[in-house]
Amino acid sequence: MNNEDNADKKGFLSAFHKFFNKIKELFVAFAKRFKDASTGTKISHFVMGFGNIKHKQILKGIIFFIVQLGFISLMVFSPEINATPFGSKSLVNLITLGTEAGDISNPTDNSMLMLLFGIVTIGMILLFVMTYFASIRSSYKADLDIREGKLPTTFKQDLQALLDERFHIAMLTPALIGILVFTLLPTIFMISIAFTNFDSLHPAGQVLFDWVGFENFVNVFNGTGEIGHRFLPVLGWTILWAFLATFSNYIGGILLALLINRKGVKGKKVWRTIFIVTIALPQFITLLAMRNLMADYGPINTFMVNIGLIDEPINFLANAASPWVARITIVVINIWIGVPFTMLMTSGILMNVPRDLYEAAQIDGATKRQAFRYITIPYVVFVTTPYLITSFIGNITNFNIIFLLTGGAPNVPGYIAGETDLLITWLYKLTIDQNEYNLGAVVGILTFIITATATLLTYTRSKSFKEEDAFQ
Amino acid sequence: MMTEAAALKPKAFKSVKKSERISNILSYGLLGVLALIWMFPIVWIILNAFRTEYNTSGQLIGIVVSHYFPTQLGLENFKLLFQETLFPRWFLNTLMVAFFTFILSTFLTLCVAYVMSKLKFKMRKRYLSVAIILGLFPGFMSMIAIYYILKALQLTQTLFALILVYSSGAGLGFYVAKGFFDIIPDSLVESGRLDGATNFQIFTKIIVPISKPIIIYTALTSFIGPWMDFIFARVILGETNVELHTVAVGLYYMMYGERIDSNVFTIFCAGCVIVAIPIVALFLMMQKYYVEGVTAGAVKG
Repeated sequence: MNNEDNADKKGFLSAFHKFFNKIKELFVAFAKRFKDASTGTKISHFVMGFGNIKHKQILKGIIFFIVQLGFISLMVFSPEINATPFGSKSLVNLITLGTEAGDISNPTDNSMLMLLFGIVTIGMILLFVMTYFASIRSSYKADLDIREGKLPTTFKQDLQALLDERFHIAMLTPALIGILVFTLLPTIFMISIAFTNFDSLHPAGQVLFDWVGFENFVNVFNGTGEIGHRFLPVLGWTILWAFLATFSNYIGGILLALLINRKGVKGKKVWRTIFIVTIALPQFITLLAMRNLMADYGPINTFMVNIGLIDEPINFLANAASPWVARITIVVINIWIGVPFTMLMTSGILMNVPRDLYEAAQIDGATKRQAFRYITIPYVVFVTTPYLITSFIGNITNFNIIFLLTGGAPNVPGYIAGETDLLITWLYKLTIDQNEYNLGAVVGILTFIITATATLLTYTRSKSFKEEDAFQ
Repeated sequence: MMTEAAALKPKAFKSVKKSERISNILSYGLLGVLALIWMFPIVWIILNAFRTEYNTSGQLIGIVVSHYFPTQLGLENFKLLFQETLFPRWFLNTLMVAFFTFILSTFLTLCVAYVMSKLKFKMRKRYLSVAIILGLFPGFMSMIAIYYILKALQLTQTLFALILVYSSGAGLGFYVAKGFFDIIPDSLVESGRLDGATNFQIFTKIIVPISKPIIIYTALTSFIGPWMDFIFARVILGETNVELHTVAVGLYYMMYGERIDSNVFTIFCAGCVIVAIPIVALFLMMQKYYVEGVTAGAVKG
């Protein structure tokens, strides 16, 4: 035990050491390059693009210079958007989240925009620093080219490089911009909100909200409020649901695929198409149809009453007597939704079981049943294991089925999260319906932790991850 | 001995055939029942779309009724759908969003997937891990943030915003396409290099022409997406702007909106039928590519 501790500490220390060494090396390299560079490049350290212009890379130099000019003026002037400053002032605002509580003559500071602009400003500073180093590198490279007796690259050559040795930059930039604006920024923004009291009592622009540290997370575990009382029940049902949904679909899908792919069955394509149609149909159509079919006076209940199976209509989807009626109904309807998809996938795999495995088994005198038991099943399970994992994670965040079928019902009096709500539908209700943004963000982060743990545990052990490089 | 064996053989043969026939009948029976169960809700929607039953005061009965088979069929619901709602407008909106999303999204997905699969550069591994991690955050968590960002960019209330949001997912959802490119041998890229082709030429002249299956798969899924989404479109475009609804949002509101009116179920069904026909047709036509994509993606993980 002690030894392990020591080893851990040593590992940590050496990692720490390495990290600082790396930073030191960076500084040394920076200073060395500065000393070695031409006067133009040296000035580039203060006036971006100066070196490039001196090396007759006019356009490039001007672009660098405009970036610097723009960045500095943004920082100095902090222009206001929606009455909220953007620039160096937003860095201060990021810490205070607004100080003007508002009265008749002064509007309230918009804490939400201040938070958002603060994050964007930090992002812009990082981008600017990257551009700054790029401008020095570019000018220094021109220095080296000249020393080697070559001409510095022209703007046209730089553009052409984007189609060849720097092709990955050209290919990734559009997607990266999309990720930055529509995924990374919103994610960081929502994570930050989890540490504030931005909720329905603090609407943005009307009441200031502030940082509260880990308070929201502490509330989850000491049982305070909606999130403290409902988190564990919702989490428990989410995990149970994910297990039930994943395995019922998996087994059902394989059985259906085996049935359709039986040797004697003709018209395989037609059978398959019948089931596949349900994949193509939007879920808001099929699930809303199901919901209405299952209604108290809908066709299914009426039919069962008429044939005397039940005396009164069953409230399938919002039965207050027991949450299990709705839960079981959801799992059953999910079989209808999900089995065709697994069937489709396993069909392909069943047809691709290596023939020689069967031939070898036949030579060894195995019966058909044995071949099925010891070849087909293990092969299909082996090949589809990654799918099982992704499908489990997908089911944890399966929004449509709950939202469209029950909307979380049956309700739990006094709370937002109902008996069939999953973490993801709870998150939706908290943010979109109830404006409890901070609680929604906490639920989102906890959901992430669960899915990330599941992924980490399985992916790092699964073969496809290890073999990722083997394909290269 | 010989005669006995000869006499036994056909009998044994026959019994095998018989048991096979029985299990075949059972298979067909089971498949038939399952097919009925799977078609049951779909046929119900179609029947309701054509249901034109009137109550005693001559009003169209648009609510959910307890009988499965309608007593009267007609086109009244479709007429109402086109006259009383903005359905034609919603349809055009969705078509436009779907068209641009599929162009942009397919382009971005192919670019990212190819780069991640075949080009080597410094940040590659890091990008892959970040993509996995970001992809694990529930999209709904950032939905409200996306709304506020679009608002700051003054893009809410435009279909363009929807196209941007749908397409921007491509930078993270490239795994299936990457799996496809991984299988293409590196030697193909290298032979291109030897011939003096640039990376751009290798991509456009060698890779794209042989990537038809994955292009079709990506295009299909990104084209169908906007027809199915009723959440993002609702949050981003707002509830009040009926002109900007997509079919999914419009039809969803018909059933669960502020203007909820229980007498519109049959009209809702009529809308569903119109939406479903092109999607299902497209899907069945491209089925082969869809299966390839899904299988490859699932098996590779």
